[in-house]
Amino acid sequence: MALAKVSLEEWIQTATAQAVSFTDFCVDFQSKELELTATEVLARMEGMLFVMEESIAAGLKGPRSKGGLVGGDAQKLQRYLASKQQNMLGSFIGRAVAYSMAVGEANAAMGRIVAAPTAGSSGVLPAILFALKAEYNVKSLDLAKGLVVAGAIGMVIASRASLAGATGGCQAECGSAGAMAAAAMVSLLGGTPSQVGNAVAITIKNMLGLVCDPVAGLVEVPCVKRNAGAVSQAIVAAEMALAGIESVIPVDEVIDAMDSVGQSMHCSLKETAQGGLAITPTALALTEKIFGNKK
Amino acid sequence: MNIFDIIGPVMIGPSSSHTAGAVRLGNAARAILGEPVAEAIIGLHGSFAQTGQGHGTDLALVAGLMGWPTDDLRIPQAFDYAKETGLKYVFKNINAGDAAHPNSVKFQLIGRMGNESQVAGASVGGGRVVISEVDGFALEFTGEFPTILTLHEDRPGAVAEVTGILSKRGVNIAQMRVFRRNKGGLASMVLETDQPVDDSDIAAVTGLPLIRSVRRINAIS
Repeated sequence: MALAKVSLEEWIQTATAQAVSFTDFCVDFQSKELELTATEVLARMEGMLFVMEESIAAGLKGPRSKGGLVGGDAQKLQRYLASKQQNMLGSFIGRAVAYSMAVGEANAAMGRIVAAPTAGSSGVLPAILFALKAEYNVKSLDLAKGLVVAGAIGMVIASRASLAGATGGCQAECGSAGAMAAAAMVSLLGGTPSQVGNAVAITIKNMLGLVCDPVAGLVEVPCVKRNAGAVSQAIVAAEMALAGIESVIPVDEVIDAMDSVGQSMHCSLKETAQGGLAITPTALALTEKIFGNKK
Repeated sequence: MNIFDIIGPVMIGPSSSHTAGAVRLGNAARAILGEPVAEAIIGLHGSFAQTGQGHGTDLALVAGLMGWPTDDLRIPQAFDYAKETGLKYVFKNINAGDAAHPNSVKFQLIGRMGNESQVAGASVGGGRVVISEVDGFALEFTGEFPTILTLHEDRPGAVAEVTGILSKRGVNIAQMRVFRRNKGGLASMVLETDQPVDDSDIAAVTGLPLIRSVRRINAIS
């Protein structure tokens, strides 16, 4: 599917020139694109938030996955963090990381999730948004606006690169999810439009080249932990951007670089389970154990 | 593409291609059959055959044949429901050839009223699907739009008749393509429309001189 290339830099310039927040710019622009009112768009997004919150709760109960490789780690982390007076992650990152793994584990256990942008990377956005709600008291309506910002960033990436692991590797899935979440975070916490662009650029730069190498071809290992990694990258980038740190490479160029890296990536590293972690001795033994009776 | 293609769909995990897409393939096959499925032979090709079980592809395909949406919480128990409702199914691994998409499936279906259909399709990523064969006819549509599928005589005027009657009835065609086996023989038109197509639209198309049969496939959500 060839989409007309969208420029995030143009959106940032427009929002800056109009002196509106990037959040308001996105809500207004996307509502017009959809031929819906802002209220209608945000109501649909609140529906997505409802499912996201449920999926966090489902994952924190520690379900076992279909393939049997993951489950219970979100719960383990949450309990560990709660039991420590002090921990290295701190309350915001700790909460977000546990939530992201919860959604990843719920997904792997055939729970209901919002693919955002994909099922494999579905833990990142709920984690960041509900950590913002818990730790920064961000209201539901604003979280819905955050999802619109995230969706808009996803559209830019889809138009210039890809959101599919089979096309661009994990950088396209967890990398994009991280960039989308970083944008939502910066915008909701009062960052300027150009700070949003820097957060997107820094997140993608730090996840460039990440391959998609699922063990036994399943959305389990390393996917759940990569969601946690993407959450931490998004938070690092968002905080840097809010501090005024700029990406030396402009954001559209960074997204284009992700596209070219994805194209150069060998197909064994793009969701085919023919390379990387998927062909380690342990992964091959697990594959045999799960599917051995079928092949 | 819009933001709800990025934030969404709401789906049962774990995989948009191997789970959500599989539900939609089942939905499309059931819609093509045009009635509840009584018996299904489900041929799995490529990645669907190799890793499908770990993704719940088998459950998702059966759920789709029962007409369930991609976010139906009962999908993990689809086999139990199929048993209760009398849907018989068997899975087999097939080789659809090197050119086939790795996530391909071929359904042979018998309906409760005795209609039979063969449908082949693939899950092409992000939960999107493409139907590539209906009853031995190679064609192509996605099921994202309300779709009309004709079997007609490959003669001048057949296409104009159909588009003419739809335009009179206020149905706008978003995309259309014509496929045929051989010149002057039987052909098939795939019309994807912006508006839902109702029974009277189908009856009007069915009544046209060069049309042998018409099927309607509602847009799959």
